[in-house]
Amino acid sequence: MRALCWTGADQVAVRQVPDPELRNGHDAIVRVRLSATCGGDLPLLAGRTPYRADGDVLGHEFLGEVVAVGPQVHRHRVGDRVVVSSTVACGSCWQCRSGAPWCCDNGNPAPEASELAYGQAVPGAFGRPTAAGGFAGGHAEYVRVPYADVGAYAIPDAVSDERALFAADAAPAGWLAAELGGVRPGAVVAVWGAGAVGQLTARAAILLGADRVLIMDPQADRLRMARRYTDAETVDPRHTNIPAELRERTGGRGPDVCVEAVGPAWNGRPRSLAERFTGAAERPPAVREAVYACRKGGTVVVLGEFTGHVDAFPLEAVGAKGLRVRGVRQHGAGQVPTLLERMARDELRTEHLATHRLPLEEGARGYTLFRDRRDDCVRAVFSPDFPPAG
Amino acid sequence: MRHSTRRAGTAAEMLARLAAARRRGRPVDPRPDTRPTGGWEVVTVDRPANEVLPGGRWPEPLRRLGRAIQVDSRPAPAGRGTELAARIRPGATLPGLAAHVAGDHPNRVVRAALRQTKQLTETGEVLRADRGPTDRGPADRGPAG
Repeated sequence: MRALCWTGADQVAVRQVPDPELRNGHDAIVRVRLSATCGGDLPLLAGRTPYRADGDVLGHEFLGEVVAVGPQVHRHRVGDRVVVSSTVACGSCWQCRSGAPWCCDNGNPAPEASELAYGQAVPGAFGRPTAAGGFAGGHAEYVRVPYADVGAYAIPDAVSDERALFAADAAPAGWLAAELGGVRPGAVVAVWGAGAVGQLTARAAILLGADRVLIMDPQADRLRMARRYTDAETVDPRHTNIPAELRERTGGRGPDVCVEAVGPAWNGRPRSLAERFTGAAERPPAVREAVYACRKGGTVVVLGEFTGHVDAFPLEAVGAKGLRVRGVRQHGAGQVPTLLERMARDELRTEHLATHRLPLEEGARGYTLFRDRRDDCVRAVFSPDFPPAG
Repeated sequence: MRHSTRRAGTAAEMLARLAAARRRGRPVDPRPDTRPTGGWEVVTVDRPANEVLPGGRWPEPLRRLGRAIQVDSRPAPAGRGTELAARIRPGATLPGLAAHVAGDHPNRVVRAALRQTKQLTETGEVLRADRGPTDRGPADRGPAG
């Protein structure tokens, strides 16, 4: 089959690779119809993550059609149109049964790598390095989906592929950020970053009853999009002082919940092998700003993907202000059914995020557009079914 | 009881270990595991003891290690199931292939067996990894069309 593979720092190429196979009874094989780029791919793409191998198949946001199921799959049949959660969770361990599939104990067949990196094994994810289980990604014609009864969700007829695609990762991550941030009716929420996840966090906060949601980004096109599709107020940091603006708009209190959806201010250079393993520090400017801006006793949610350690984190301010800091990644598996229902009711619209639709063969161009934010690209979406250009 | 004689090395030695292990395709800890073999490894299995060790019998992943290990269990707090522990008996060596797979530290084999036991008990099977690029061999046919 054809698949978009990582071939070296800042290089991807479509290659012929073996078709996936059912390797466990709970597996399904999905024929991919659409897959999306994500900011979480960029550190991997740049070669900043250990254990990335030439030939790894990228992509953790995808949907498609079930073409094969293992004997232990009961909720899906061949022909089902499904969106697949980017996180691999078993549904049977204490974490999953307690409603926290993002902490699944069994979704990672190579847990040692993440134990070394994080102290404990994190669940597997598609299109990620060995520390996340090494599962092949969705920028391909076919994908193996472990624990398919848990991670694959039937898409309601009323929801288009282009909308449902973002239920794989971006929408659940945003929803979970708002939920774990404690957004409730009357809350004032600030979101750093108006990419797909930032916009969907803002929208989630609105749907959860926030009184006021402010979203910040230096790109005018993203702010326009956020105003139109999320109902949030926008702030352009090029034209104002963010801390002062937030004080003014929150009666001097500061936002109740601050969500960082930006990631590190990294320069794109692949780090040396030594840096990648030993954790040379990156800078988290948006996290710093969020900590200082947040109201006393408020919550800071860190959504952005940092590939190691960060420097200059204002820990003293966290303690002095009594802040709660939550981490969220691609962890929203439990949210997917609810989000699909909201999509069907038109409460949650996402198809506008797919600003560039490209055949799989143009994956390299899509990632360049996405990484460099050229041509107002928010997300590049690929399909093996789109005909090659020309 | 045997004790590891390894020590934390210089930065150059550490990087050499990292590079060598990366070539071998294995995860590596930049901090050498200096615990003595024989320490307990523990997992919490979200099932009652009679499902984790039915009839007192060890599940297959632990049985493979035979008499080289000791196994213990106790209820986990707050209804979280059973804490299942295993360790290498003092002076024992792991059998055959297990010893080979152990690599840098024999406790890793014990830990892997406990994880597999947990997965088998909770989900009914041990999750298998995808075939990575290095496993595909000649089937990886290079650039597409």
